Amino acid sequence: MIYYLLVGVGILACAVLSVSSRRLLISAIWLALTSALVAVMIYLLGAAHIAVIELSVGAGLVTVLFVFAINIAGEDTSRLKALIPVPVAVGAVVLAVALGLVLILRANSGMALTAPEPENSVILWQSRYVDLLLQVVLIFAGVLGVIGLLADKAKPHHEEGTE
Amino acid sequence: MNLPLPLIILITIFCLAGTGLYCLLITRNLIKVVIALQLMVKGAVLAFILAGNLNGQMNTAQTLALTVIVADTIVAVVGLALAVQIRLRTGSLDIKSLSSLKR
Repeated sequence: MIYYLLVGVGILACAVLSVSSRRLLISAIWLALTSALVAVMIYLLGAAHIAVIELSVGAGLVTVLFVFAINIAGEDTSRLKALIPVPVAVGAVVLAVALGLVLILRANSGMALTAPEPENSVILWQSRYVDLLLQVVLIFAGVLGVIGLLADKAKPHHEEGTE
Repeated sequence: MNLPLPLIILITIFCLAGTGLYCLLITRNLIKVVIALQLMVKGAVLAFILAGNLNGQMNTAQTLALTVIVADTIVAVVGLALAVQIRLRTGSLDIKSLSSLKR
């Protein structure tokens, strides 16, 4: 149990540092560490496949994307005033977390499923094939997003009609 | 102190999601907004895996978590692309610079 506690504290520390860091690049690195520790937690819970995917995608691919985007967009270290007062934000977060905890603790704890679970591939390719279709659509959207990330600055509208 | 294991992970999940929500509420930087969304979704993935572990339905939980991870990655890609294009057009990553209605 001590491993879970250590990994949990590590996750929270990295998440807070990611949010509070002034430089975007440092924030991205703390986010990658958070992802890596979440992958460790998932592995400890027994989901080895998802742990590997989270480690490679969450801590690898997404971090590369962040570094790439920050290099293109540049660091914006100016301290901007928050849109809403900080006490209101803290109150909203505490309220949301308390509401979630109440909903979970009041949920019926005796609803554990007893039916035998099919294989992973059966669930993925037969039971939840709509999810697979959704993932294909999302990946196409991601390709369009990468094209947008790499595109040059678009010309203003009034220059298009002059030629 | 001997906390039950699900409670430890539940506290981690809620603190992770709360940190992301707090960042989402107070930040005005577009890239920080994507970082906040990433933090919240990591909490959701962890919650799926915990639920699968408690119910003994780990395969279903892994399948759902896979879908969430793919969606999360695409959200990050599209969000970062939007942020880069907005920076190139407006010269700023500030959310307020998107407002075209003058005060």
